[in-house]
Amino acid sequence: MSQVLERKGSRKAPLTPWKKSKKQEVFPGVKSLNGRWGLLFVAPFLLMFLIFGLAPVIYSVYISFFHWDPLGGSEFTGLRNFSLLLQDSDFWLAIRNTFSIWALSTFPQMFMAIGLAVILRNSRLKAKSFFRTILLVPNITSVIAITIVFGQLFGRDFGIINGILSLFGVGHHIDFVEGVVPSHIAIATMITWRWIGYNTLIFLASMLAIPDELFESAAVDGATKWQQFRFVTLPQLKNTITFVLIVGTIGGLQVFAEPQQLAADGGSSKQFLTLTLFLYNQAFVNNKYGYAAAIGIMITFIVLIISVINFFITRKISNDGTR
Amino acid sequence: MTTRTPRWRRTSPVSYFLLATITFLSIFPFYWMFVVASNTNAEISKSPPSLVPGGRFLIVAKKVMNAEGVFFNSALLNTFIVGISIALAQVMFSAVAGFAFAKLDFKGRKSFILFVVGTMMLPSQLGIIPLFMLIKNLHMIDSLLGLIVPALVTAFGVFWMRQIIDAQIPNELLEAASIDGASVPRIFFSIVLPIIRQSSFVLGLFAFLAAWNDYLWPTIILQSPKHFTLQVALTQLKPMYGLDYALQMGGAFLATAPLLILFIFVGRRLVSGVMDGAVKG
Repeated sequence: MSQVLERKGSRKAPLTPWKKSKKQEVFPGVKSLNGRWGLLFVAPFLLMFLIFGLAPVIYSVYISFFHWDPLGGSEFTGLRNFSLLLQDSDFWLAIRNTFSIWALSTFPQMFMAIGLAVILRNSRLKAKSFFRTILLVPNITSVIAITIVFGQLFGRDFGIINGILSLFGVGHHIDFVEGVVPSHIAIATMITWRWIGYNTLIFLASMLAIPDELFESAAVDGATKWQQFRFVTLPQLKNTITFVLIVGTIGGLQVFAEPQQLAADGGSSKQFLTLTLFLYNQAFVNNKYGYAAAIGIMITFIVLIISVINFFITRKISNDGTR
Repeated sequence: MTTRTPRWRRTSPVSYFLLATITFLSIFPFYWMFVVASNTNAEISKSPPSLVPGGRFLIVAKKVMNAEGVFFNSALLNTFIVGISIALAQVMFSAVAGFAFAKLDFKGRKSFILFVVGTMMLPSQLGIIPLFMLIKNLHMIDSLLGLIVPALVTAFGVFWMRQIIDAQIPNELLEAASIDGASVPRIFFSIVLPIIRQSSFVLGLFAFLAAWNDYLWPTIILQSPKHFTLQVALTQLKPMYGLDYALQMGGAFLATAPLLILFIFVGRRLVSGVMDGAVKG
């Protein structure tokens, strides 16, 4: 929150403060430029955004009320798609799998990313720039290539990971495709590998915004490293944690390529059928457009609910922090 | 600067050990792609498997390029065309609209911004079925155009550019130019664009990488192997019977290598792009 406030504070104060009482917006831009160009400048973007971004979203709500056959002939069925969906065991299975993979990929990753950022925050660290750059390499790799490599590494019979586990005394080879939890761990590992460096950089950026003096005075007051982290660093990270969580949730609900590449139907017992894979299969394999659109709307509801919960938790924490 | 290093600033060897571990883990999968792609399947399947590259990479690379029904080379070209078109378009449209949102006063400006930011929260799967129907009606199914057109503009790009222009270009500069009689388009092209060149490049890079790595949308609309992008082509590298790890990993390596080479040159800029976005967002 402090970052946002600082940014607003750094803007120039309005020259006509009395206008504020009339609830006129404070325009931060350039008054002497002819504003009429503005609409012309945003028109190409808005036009395409409406056609290819917003219109499909609205139309999606519309077709979710239909039994929609792409070959022609669709019938208004009201909320039937939604009530069928709530009775569909695959839907609940997909929710379970999605949340399990989301939790396994979000929380360990966040702890590790914060830890790595603390290490990289140290201004005396050597080769800082090298480590920061190397951390981002996994992020530029395609999901398909990652799935191919990790699929091999996680292989039941010849995979290196099972080889390493057996060195540590795990007697039997774990099947990272057939098992429910192992398959979720395998997919979560791929996601974590790809995103941990990115999130570390995000945390690092907000840690670098904390002035050195705060740590210095904490150290003078005799704070241990852990206390410095707990009472200086962590409170400053609240917004970033919220941001990473929300982005992670949206990403977590979109997990598709990894499970689809392991098995297109989501596994022999649908053990890694995720919500987006479920949507894709209903729409483009089974041609149930209306039903699939209803899945998309449920996914959106879940994102909104989690964002609202997240918002209230963060607000409560930051209110507690200031009192 | 003669003061001793304060205790909180000292780096312990544990830090370097952890960083070395994470460096190894970040690199290893790429190395492993190459190891598997350059060894026989037997070398990889024995226990313990071979951990060093073998001599078969060129043979495997040739096999990937000539794999039946895959058209790896045209997939590479398709991916380049799509990535560069999307990157250029996103930078252009985002810069123009971002400039207007940051610096121009026009009717509805604030509500447009709120609206654009609001839609960024919506998951992209929500509109994917109607988008497919729309692209089908426009006869762009199974064509590169069908990949490019829906990605020409993004809410994220415009929002990002708005923040960049707001932060990097002082109002005084534009005011002075307008007093000198420069028109708004003139100001945009000769003052704003040169200043945001670096940031535009970073936005373009992100758009290019996203297009290169996209899989869901291409797999929905592409049908004939000649039009496949790399990601879709990679999924086709499966032999009829059994598994050919070398073939798949060779394909994965060849599809990733161009990005790794690009990364050597632009990695640092991507890092600062991610970190700048974090502080401002």
